[in-house]
Amino acid sequence: MGSRTSLASDVSMNSLLSEEERGIYQDPGLIRTVLSTTKTIAIVGLSPKPERPSYFVGTYLQYEGYRIIPVNPRADVILGEKSYPDLMTIPEPVDMVNVFRQPDECVEVAKQAVQIGAKTLWLQLRVVNFEAATIAQDAGLNVVMDRCVKIEHGRYSGSLHWVGMNTEIISARRGQRYF
Amino acid sequence: MAGQKRRFGFETRMLHAGHIPDTVTGARAVPIYQTTSYVFEDTDKAAQLFELKQYGNIYTRINNPTVAAFEERIASLENATGAVATASGMAAQLNVMMTLLDPGDEIVTSSHLYGGTTTQFVHTFRKLGLKAHFVDPTHLDNWAAAITPRTRLLYGETIGNPRGSVLDIEPLAQLAHAHNIPLVVDSTFATPYLCRPMDWGADVVVHSATKFIGGHGSSIAGVLLDSGKFDYSRFPTIADPDPAYHDLRFYETFGHYGFLMKARAVTLRDTGGALSPFNAFLLIQGLETLSVRMDRHVQNAQAVAEFLHGHPKVAWVAYAGLADNPYHALAQKYTPKGPGAVFTFGIKAGNPRLAGKEFIESLHLFSHLANVGDARSLVIHPASTTHQQLSDSELEQAGIDGGMIRLSIGLETTEDLLWDLEQALQATSA
Ligand SMILES: Cc1ncc(COP(=O)(O)O)c(C=O)c1O
Repeated sequence: MGSRTSLASDVSMNSLLSEEERGIYQDPGLIRTVLSTTKTIAIVGLSPKPERPSYFVGTYLQYEGYRIIPVNPRADVILGEKSYPDLMTIPEPVDMVNVFRQPDECVEVAKQAVQIGAKTLWLQLRVVNFEAATIAQDAGLNVVMDRCVKIEHGRYSGSLHWVGMNTEIISARRGQRYF
Repeated sequence: MAGQKRRFGFETRMLHAGHIPDTVTGARAVPIYQTTSYVFEDTDKAAQLFELKQYGNIYTRINNPTVAAFEERIASLENATGAVATASGMAAQLNVMMTLLDPGDEIVTSSHLYGGTTTQFVHTFRKLGLKAHFVDPTHLDNWAAAITPRTRLLYGETIGNPRGSVLDIEPLAQLAHAHNIPLVVDSTFATPYLCRPMDWGADVVVHSATKFIGGHGSSIAGVLLDSGKFDYSRFPTIADPDPAYHDLRFYETFGHYGFLMKARAVTLRDTGGALSPFNAFLLIQGLETLSVRMDRHVQNAQAVAEFLHGHPKVAWVAYAGLADNPYHALAQKYTPKGPGAVFTFGIKAGNPRLAGKEFIESLHLFSHLANVGDARSLVIHPASTTHQQLSDSELEQAGIDGGMIRLSIGLETTEDLLWDLEQALQATSA
């Protein structure tokens, strides 16, 4: 199933954003394009502790075939990958910057994401900072905000459905993978 | 990229939510995945599934593709963030309690409950070290007065069985939230078509899907749903490290899915009570016609209630669709399409207990049995069945009139139902 299959259904639950903001930062088409074109993901705030949410997400993304690059000044290696103190020190191209930090730290992260030429800034569920979003948008980056990359991947790949969750996807077309 | 996205209507979601025709076969109806288990892609994936790092099928006690289609569909209809299906309504309620409570915890519950639920909350609770405080649900003050520091949730039925009282969900949810506890609502009698408790602030909804959701009296089933809106960050059983899962903190890790993930991965896993795939298929068939059936159920119920209301051999009718019913105003707020199709009435007779028996035995179309929510009309006389061992004075104490009859109105031709009731009332002694 290619990424061209369009989806008409609104995905509105579990977000702090207004309908208009969701249209900008959580558009299903944008999210699907990001998920299908991204290869390398720098995870800012990835924890080395296996019980932490960021570790769950990192493990998930790795298993799904993305290359992850930990960004955590207090760790050397996480999930088998060398950890960097910040985005600027990563010596290779990064497609997506995925942020597990407090909202007030996001402006600095956004500036660095622009500087290293990332294509997407993705602020996790409940991480909302419009200034950071604008900085990235003005530089031409895709911006996703107040969404979890694992949940969204699960939503559009079909797996979130297997655990009884309401994906809000309604379609009579054949095929389950939407990116 | 940003485009106007469509919010599909209730009826569309009855038919489409939770099922996308699969890539391999394109099967239009939801297939019955009658399997206990699922071949893992590799050992890594297996390990990840067991650690809850991937979403996927493991074992049908925990999840199953046919069951998942039912779960997502009903979640969509209830405006819930997700659902866990169970083998019965009783199992769904117990799952909620075991997921949210620890020994020593208490709940405050409406006393207008299905009898089996009352028994569960008294006797099974005692074995688990839990305690339920029962309150008359009609006054908010009763609820507030019963809440203690040990109270972990409030519980009630949208339309109480069998008295037909309508729960005032909105202020009750506000009261619960003021105490940082969730409101759990059994919405069996309403179904998501007549009322969606989460739209009024309820956090968790349970159903006996055995009833109108299945709709044809064929399968025992239940389901629990979560709105995803309750803040469980300080709620011990969902927020604290779970020793049954490598000290996982369900709320921190899964956020708005935390309660549901625990209900499935811990409670359902450890207590069993999973829904069978075949029953899930039958429930899906039920959901696909839910709105059409419920419109007809309430239309027939209203006609029957009005007929009985004006009948000389009838002492009282407890249906909130009648203008003089004490719950009529609440019914108009919470169930504007009609307050369900299950209600009770009393026969006027010198010996109401005997008259009740005579009435039941004279019916031709109403099936005499212990269930509600079938497509067919059902009847039961509590004084000669569920409560037959009680003396007249004990019956009175239990709030049951010897001549009380409970009806569950089905989809038959309205005039045939009225005809049957009329001839049976004629046959009962005054
Ligand atoms: C309101 C209500 N809740 C729960 C139940 C229990 O459901 P089940 O019989 O599916 O276990 C019933 C069954 O009669 C009911 O009427």
